[in-house]
Amino acid sequence: MVRRHFPVAAFAGLIVAIQLATLFTGTPYYLTQLTMTAYYSLVVVGLCMLIGYAGQISLGHAGFFAIGGYVSAFLTTFDLQHHRGAFVSLLEKSGALVFRHDVYGGSLLTVHPWLACAAAILLTVAVAYLVGGPVLKLKGHYLAMATLGIGIIVYRIVLGTEFLGAADGISEVPGFPLPGGLLITGNASSRVSNYYLAWGIVILGMVLLLNLIRSRVGRALAAVHGAEDAAEAMGIPTARYKLHTFVLSAVFAAVAGVLLTHYNAGIGPSEAGVMKSVRYVAIVAIGGMANLWGALSMSLVLNYLSLRGYFGTYDDAVFGVILILIMLFAPDGLLRRHLLSDLKRMVSRNPAEEETP
Amino acid sequence: MTLLSVRGIGKRFGGLQAVNDLSFDVAAGSIKALIGPNGAGKTTIFNLVSGFLHPDNGVIVFGGAEIQALSSCEVAVRGMVRTFQHIRLFPRMTVLENILVGRHVHSRAGFLAGMLSLPFTWKEERRIREKSFEIMEMLGIAGHAGTEATSLAYGQQRVVEIGRALACEPKLLLLDEPAAGLNMRETIEMGALISRIRDMGVTVLLVEHDMSLVMKISDEVVVVSYGEKIAEDRPLAIQKNREVIRVYLGDDEC
Repeated sequence: MVRRHFPVAAFAGLIVAIQLATLFTGTPYYLTQLTMTAYYSLVVVGLCMLIGYAGQISLGHAGFFAIGGYVSAFLTTFDLQHHRGAFVSLLEKSGALVFRHDVYGGSLLTVHPWLACAAAILLTVAVAYLVGGPVLKLKGHYLAMATLGIGIIVYRIVLGTEFLGAADGISEVPGFPLPGGLLITGNASSRVSNYYLAWGIVILGMVLLLNLIRSRVGRALAAVHGAEDAAEAMGIPTARYKLHTFVLSAVFAAVAGVLLTHYNAGIGPSEAGVMKSVRYVAIVAIGGMANLWGALSMSLVLNYLSLRGYFGTYDDAVFGVILILIMLFAPDGLLRRHLLSDLKRMVSRNPAEEETP
Repeated sequence: MTLLSVRGIGKRFGGLQAVNDLSFDVAAGSIKALIGPNGAGKTTIFNLVSGFLHPDNGVIVFGGAEIQALSSCEVAVRGMVRTFQHIRLFPRMTVLENILVGRHVHSRAGFLAGMLSLPFTWKEERRIREKSFEIMEMLGIAGHAGTEATSLAYGQQRVVEIGRALACEPKLLLLDEPAAGLNMRETIEMGALISRIRDMGVTVLLVEHDMSLVMKISDEVVVVSYGEKIAEDRPLAIQKNREVIRVYLGDDEC
């Protein structure tokens, strides 16, 4: 039990340590990028579950991120005052709508962020099921290309749709209220609370996924990944398990999209771009495919460096190069499982020891 | 009582009629062997029965219901579990984990219950482990529980694969060449194990090339050649059957 919870506690400790470091060095502005990193990490760990544990690749997860972000952004900014009908009145009476003021002092009647979030997740689940059903029958390159298609479709739709802001995207998205008076927002005054909120959500997501891996379902997924026909012969519905994992990882991406959009107060079409999807896959790959902690730590480092602009205009190129190098020299990822024992074996000079796996 | 009834099934691959109008029954509690020269269609028949392939025509009745249209997964859920000619253990998983997977159809924790680690899943996991250790002890592989399954000796891997199938508590166990690649001693042990499994109440249908094993343990034997049944009888009668001898040894020998 202790061994199981140790990594979670250690990671939480790291998050606290980083915050304290910014406090003592007087650099609290770093927390803004670190908070954004947290939400991107949520996409990465969900994708890691799909790639590493269910053995399926997706080059379209930026699309699911964007579906979440755009649905929530649109619903919480679209003014319903001039569209009053029976349905809007019903929503208003049931408390699903909120009156608020925009930055110019005008009044707005919009959907409550919680309802918008629920709608975003529902739409993502629907799309993931509809697309995943036929697409997951494909394998290898074909699956990669088909999922690439999903991302491109979402990108072109948001880029070409007037009421989604076309190339400008949607801005002035309100904060996301949470119980206890907390608000997910990018205001400098709530930087620290939002930093902890975001990473708390990531840790919660990690705990859910770690539980899943250790469960009957996780074992079945490992079996499907290892020998699909044998898993099928043991009564495991392999297609359904792959599809459910696909939908689950899409929901992780959509939730991240919703929350980051409220944090950033807006979203643009680049979030749906192919290079974003490639970046997520690259981070999972470098983190060690079937290694949630590896993917999470790589996401923390790389997303942060990218968001701080360390890669400059070469940002996308850096992730492309990382993906190529990993595929060439460490296809199991840098932080793959059993890395320590493998290293020990390489270092040990005793040939007898080398033979025992 | 008949557990499995294959009635007039056929399967064509392009220009090749791999299985043609084949019928046989497997009585509950018996060991039935399917033999025939190389390329006779035995593995195809196995794949048809276990849902990995679907027959072009004919009916397969298992436990009173038609199953020829079901997937291999659905067939397994109904209590028919198979092993593979080329051992298909789950790589990078221990012997115990391989057997645990076999308990899949007898447990129910889904995605949500797993993620939330609901209390009922803990109890379920405990039961799965207990049952798996029971099976490993019966097969004498409990000592290897923590060993990576694919690193075991070939003969032991076969036993693990059978253990994994037994963990499903099948009504009918399909064994595809269980003695392939085993030495003489291991083959004898395998024969004893299969008899023991039958005595536990599990019906067995096997494809096998080792005639001494087949003749020793089978209650009945079906002989196929070029996708058609040429004989079905008790082992002793099969050994004397002229048609069978002709198929195996050629015309000149008669």
